[in-house]
Amino acid sequence: MGGRGLKRQSDGILVFSEFISGSLHPVTLEILGKARDLADKVSSDVLAVMVGSGLSEAARELVFHGADVVYSIDHPSLTDFDPLLFQQNLVPLLRELNPLTFLLGATQIGRCLGPRIAAQLGTGITADCTDLDMTPEGNLVQVRPAFAGNIIATIITRTRPQMATVRYRVMKPASRDQSREGRIIARDAAFTTPSAKVITSSRSTGIDISSADIIVSVGRGLPRREDLRLIEDLADALGGIVGSSRPLVDDGWISKEHQVGFSGNVVKPRLYIACGISGSPQHLFGMKDSEYIIAINKDPSAAIFRVADVGVTMDLNEVLPLLALEIRKRNLSH
Amino acid sequence: MAGPRIIVLIKAVPDIERVKFDQETGRIDRSSAQLEPNPFDLNALEAALRIKERLGGIITALSMGPPQAETVLRDAIARGADKAILLTDEAFAGSDTLATSRALVAGIRKTGEFDLVIAGEKSVDGDTGQVGSEVASLLGLPSDSYVDSIEDVTDNRITVTCDYGTRRYVRESTFPCVISVTKNVASPRLPKLADALRSRKAKIEINGASDLGEFVDRKTLGTLGSPTHVMKIRIGSESRRDSRRLAGSPTEVAKELADLIEYWLHGGKGIEKTV
Repeated sequence: MGGRGLKRQSDGILVFSEFISGSLHPVTLEILGKARDLADKVSSDVLAVMVGSGLSEAARELVFHGADVVYSIDHPSLTDFDPLLFQQNLVPLLRELNPLTFLLGATQIGRCLGPRIAAQLGTGITADCTDLDMTPEGNLVQVRPAFAGNIIATIITRTRPQMATVRYRVMKPASRDQSREGRIIARDAAFTTPSAKVITSSRSTGIDISSADIIVSVGRGLPRREDLRLIEDLADALGGIVGSSRPLVDDGWISKEHQVGFSGNVVKPRLYIACGISGSPQHLFGMKDSEYIIAINKDPSAAIFRVADVGVTMDLNEVLPLLALEIRKRNLSH
Repeated sequence: MAGPRIIVLIKAVPDIERVKFDQETGRIDRSSAQLEPNPFDLNALEAALRIKERLGGIITALSMGPPQAETVLRDAIARGADKAILLTDEAFAGSDTLATSRALVAGIRKTGEFDLVIAGEKSVDGDTGQVGSEVASLLGLPSDSYVDSIEDVTDNRITVTCDYGTRRYVRESTFPCVISVTKNVASPRLPKLADALRSRKAKIEINGASDLGEFVDRKTLGTLGSPTHVMKIRIGSESRRDSRRLAGSPTEVAKELADLIEYWLHGGKGIEKTV
């Protein structure tokens, strides 16, 4: 330690701006919001870096969302994500800027790329942070859950940059202000040879439960597989997505992308309706931060009721068809 | 060539469903749960076994942990790994993911040449998912994470499907390389009883820090070499809500639920709409 800091004072909160195949990941705007708070505490700047192709419009968006300086590494060979190639292009910039902190989204890409960069720089990285703070001395206070959310750890890093990946949908996005000004600096791609041959590139399967606004979720309390239509019908009436606890996925009743929980997806919808879900720690981990939770379960002692705003102790078959009907009558489709 | 030389990284973790924590310090009560193989690493091992069934080769299971982690490596041998190496030493204690990766990389280098390193997506205790990528970076090798399936393997390359959230790729990498696999890649087999019994007598290679001296600077290991430090641990507070129970006939309950949903989505406080 020490020696690294003596070279030159680390400065700036750098945000990796995830832009793959034409779209900016919303977690980027959430990190920009937090980065502004952190930067203000140490009178520093918010810097952003993008790697990809066709970045100019997105770079302006980053400025509108609070970036003081945007570094854009724009090259056709960087259209598809490539872990080693992205690392090779980012590390020289990090060495040059020597930021105080470098933040990435805890998305698949951030969780793959962040550790690659941290290891090459010999610096620390904390995964999946749910909160961040900055001390006046410039120490990044990183908060993250571990052991399936059983414990919450507070972590600091003694090397620079202090790196962390930040969980999606936990922090408030930066507000957009089109009158904001900032510098956009183009950088040449230092490396353009992919580390692997891309045979095919496609959109992921479509269902992205982690960004759904409304989820109607189902668990073991569903008596028969054909009763899944009750859940689908309610989700359809609300314009929501069907979620599931792990057992139904393990039994092959429903596909993995619907799974909510520690080993599935962490969700934070506006409305979560848990149907026949007992509420194992592994499931609660994935949904307890939903804004409004309704639990329906015929077992009055089910753990799910402890995290729910509203509980109904009733058979799914009795109440779900009536609820779907009532929702349709009022045209509440989101 | 006699098939790929594969190294599978395996972590010994406490049973996540049973483990208890000291309410004061937040530390794990070691007596509350036995060590078992990290479930994600069993998928990694299974992926390696399936490659070996087709092409031959040799599978080495590599772990860093306390001496008791040996049981997890015996389990790997029972399932079909050819060799097992445990990195264990007081000097490794308190390692964060980077210090862990440095020790693992030293262990990998000590085994000599290899073609493929397979890691599980993450561990169920630390849940960082960082070690696979840090190992790849320290080895200076290409890697892919979130590998959902292995499409093809030959003597000098591997083709995988990996899911990076918004995009899904089929990518072909030349050996040597590193992959981190999800649970979708292959469901682990159970060890046969005879193999489990035989594995009790199998030789586990034990390496301490001094055995790795040629491959890693001791000062970069353990607590001393870890750039991140846990300042504070607290038991996760279970978020409790008022959980008002609705009563009445199904029709009444359905109506009241619809009222609540209507109020919440259209009349209640909503999150700011952004972007």
